[in-house]
Amino acid sequence: MSEPRKTRPIPAPASSTHDFIIIGAGVIGCSIARELAKYHGDCLVIEKEDDVASEISKANSGVLHAGFYMPPNTLKAKTDVQGLAMFKKLSEELNFEMRTNEKLVVAMDEEELKHLEFLYEQGRKNGVKGLRLIEEQEIRSMEPNINGKYALHSLFSSIIKPYEFTIALAENACRNRVRFLFNEAVTRITRHDSTFHVGTSEGNTFLSRWVINCAGVHSDDVSRMAAETGYEIHPCKGEYYITDKVEGLIQRMIYPVPPKHGAGLGIHFTPTIEHNILIGPSAQYISDRTDTSNTAETMKTLKTEIHKYIPGLANIDFIRNYAGIRPKLIDGKGDRTFADFVIEENKKVDHLIDLIGIESPGLTGAPAIAQMVVDIIGNKEDLKRNEAFDPHREKPVVFAALSCEQQAELIQENEEYGIMVCRCETVTQAEIVNAIENPLGVCSLDAVKRRCRSMMGRCQGGFCTPRIVGLLLDRYGRKPQEIYKNNRKSNLFCGLIKD
Amino acid sequence: MIRREVDVVVIGAGPAGLAAAVSTKRNGVDNVLLLERNEFLGGILLQCIHDGFGLHLYDRMLSGPQYAERLIEDLEKEDVPCLLNSMVLDIDKNKMVTVANTKGLIQIEAKAIILAMGCRERTRGAIEIPGFRPAGIFTAGVAQNFMNLKNLKPGKEVVILGSGDVGMIMARHVALEQGMHPVCVLEIMPFLGGLTRNKVQCLDDYDIPLHLSTTVTDIKGKHRLQGLTISKVDENLKPIKGTEQDIACDTLFLSVGLIPENELSRKAGVALSRGTRGAQVDNNHETSVPGVFSAGNVLHIHDVADYASLEGYYVGEKAAEYVNKGWDQPKRFPIQAGNGIMYLLPQLIREDCRELELKFRVKRPYENVRVLIKNGDVRLYQKKFTRILASEMQIVRVKSDRPLSDVTICLEKTDA
Repeated sequence: MSEPRKTRPIPAPASSTHDFIIIGAGVIGCSIARELAKYHGDCLVIEKEDDVASEISKANSGVLHAGFYMPPNTLKAKTDVQGLAMFKKLSEELNFEMRTNEKLVVAMDEEELKHLEFLYEQGRKNGVKGLRLIEEQEIRSMEPNINGKYALHSLFSSIIKPYEFTIALAENACRNRVRFLFNEAVTRITRHDSTFHVGTSEGNTFLSRWVINCAGVHSDDVSRMAAETGYEIHPCKGEYYITDKVEGLIQRMIYPVPPKHGAGLGIHFTPTIEHNILIGPSAQYISDRTDTSNTAETMKTLKTEIHKYIPGLANIDFIRNYAGIRPKLIDGKGDRTFADFVIEENKKVDHLIDLIGIESPGLTGAPAIAQMVVDIIGNKEDLKRNEAFDPHREKPVVFAALSCEQQAELIQENEEYGIMVCRCETVTQAEIVNAIENPLGVCSLDAVKRRCRSMMGRCQGGFCTPRIVGLLLDRYGRKPQEIYKNNRKSNLFCGLIKD
Repeated sequence: MIRREVDVVVIGAGPAGLAAAVSTKRNGVDNVLLLERNEFLGGILLQCIHDGFGLHLYDRMLSGPQYAERLIEDLEKEDVPCLLNSMVLDIDKNKMVTVANTKGLIQIEAKAIILAMGCRERTRGAIEIPGFRPAGIFTAGVAQNFMNLKNLKPGKEVVILGSGDVGMIMARHVALEQGMHPVCVLEIMPFLGGLTRNKVQCLDDYDIPLHLSTTVTDIKGKHRLQGLTISKVDENLKPIKGTEQDIACDTLFLSVGLIPENELSRKAGVALSRGTRGAQVDNNHETSVPGVFSAGNVLHIHDVADYASLEGYYVGEKAAEYVNKGWDQPKRFPIQAGNGIMYLLPQLIREDCRELELKFRVKRPYENVRVLIKNGDVRLYQKKFTRILASEMQIVRVKSDRPLSDVTICLEKTDA
């Protein structure tokens, strides 16, 4: 018998010393990590979950916003517009999928039309291109399956898979010597002279000159470990449905007029890269910031919205629910609907950079936000370019997207491309192996899922999960109790039936 | 790219596909090819280690693997070639079948195609249970695969949602394994989902509680399942406030329905039926695409594997006739399903047909009803039932002197 294959090990940097410690491996943390990799200096990312993009960065709509939703002269508007402009180059360097997808913000009556006009004007002030207001007839000709009287038509919105983008950033950062530490939560930050001591739930302490707090929904807690700055995150849950693949029902993203006192953009309909449709998110302020459960009431509300805007969608099968939590800040006026991003060097503790309240449009803004953070650092010290930085990430093979000829060729090169592990999304064993052996060395079932789309289709893993589990046991020598859905508390099995 | 030409290609080597391949060959087609995506023949039968198979076909109780063995022996006797580990990726409108395996991509040009891909399980996402999404929630078939084929223990305290046959069989299976315990079986409907014999043999004999009109209304545990809230439901299947009850468990098996797996049929251009979610077929089991046939669970969900195999035999016979003699596409007449009928099969009758085997299921259990089948005004069949169940497929043969062109089937109330 051959030796069991191992996933690629990542050296565990026990009690090491760094120039930069980034807390949180969401899209913001990973964007900053990759941006810092362009300069000299040792960077460590500490993440409490078992993978990057484990919370808000995986559970959103995956929309790159054109920039008309945010008030002018805010960080939200600025980073949105700047970030969006950076995505094309990023997608070429990092080889993640991105598709320009037009958007309609739909008004049902004259009252709502006023809000569209406001958004149009706001977009103009923010420098957004490709916006215009249209009426019912034109809506019908664009989208025969939706209801609406007026719409704001945006040409330049895009969709991505937010987890894929985050993974791509992290893998590229990792390739450029950024280190990632998973399954350790930061519990303590102290300052000794000019060195931060960052303690973790596993009892490790890491030293660093800079600490960058990208802890998302926990960013206020992390900031408070160093100093009392008064920021407070108000977690706001957003629930979603995902439908089975549906081509042709809608071509564009369909958004309602944002609810007046709501906390989000309203429940919308987003076609995904793979032709599913996302329905959501809802917006409910909650007290427990880890509560990503789906609720019966919201599931009902989401369905009601379907009937209002796209009645034809009611007949499509749903395949999954999920929920994410917006890390909302509330501004001084007590207005729950708008507070700007906080991206600043901590007012009391220098060399600690806080990123707090990075909710929507944080995904779109991420590249610009990362740039801002590097500028904050660069204003304090000379950052030296890392000439060895390689901006390129190799494109993973997506068998399903290839022509028959290309598929046949791949199988000749590697027969594992001829073994179909996931039938719904046509994912081959070679792609599963590639996902399991990812550069970050994470290998829960969810990690595999987000890297190759296995378990994401209409059968939700009914066919492929036993096959993937079989690979993990037989080829990688994993014990049954060590097969996890995501983190180490989420074991699939409690042992063998017969020892 | 490898190219092949065959007379008949059968997709799927489960109970229906194996029988169809054997039957095609026996009816005089030499060039038959059987395609199977697993590395073994028999499909889902191999993980069904319980008995109950073969009563109709072999007049004895066999386990799933034993039943598969008999079909496979026949296949070997008939010397039908098969490709294992071979997944069909596409069927185009000209009946070109594209298959992937470790040898490469194969394009198979077939005169006739028999669709026998089986079904998949309905998942949590489709039935929308609120709560967290932790590890520890399995569809019953996946749990069966893990336990029987991989020797893996999915959990200790197991609740089963859904009283379909797979759910009840898995409840008994859990009762028989050391260190595993079936807490209860829940059923949202006010009646049993599966066969009565399975309730007796799987639940009653092992004292496993069954709660009707009950469903899961909350799932607890962010990482691994830690418990459920269950609630009674009203006549509209909505949970009734105040009836919530918390149950401690670490595992939930879902046995909440099977869905014919017709993605390939759709690619081939085959019209599907809303009632069965399988292909629309005529009395030859020919679909809307000439020369494409369908049998087994991909056509409609069967109660027992034997019926799927019988359908396979029948379709093999018809596919052979199509290849050897050929036929013109005739006029087809729809059969109308009336009161109380959930679905019927075939949906269409070919012109000049005078004899027909009709399969149907009722919507829910009924008492004191008459099943009535008519051709125009002429009664072809009537039978009184003191009790008729949704879980039991009915099979009826009808004959007529005149061609069947206006067939209706319905339920009528009768006196007790």
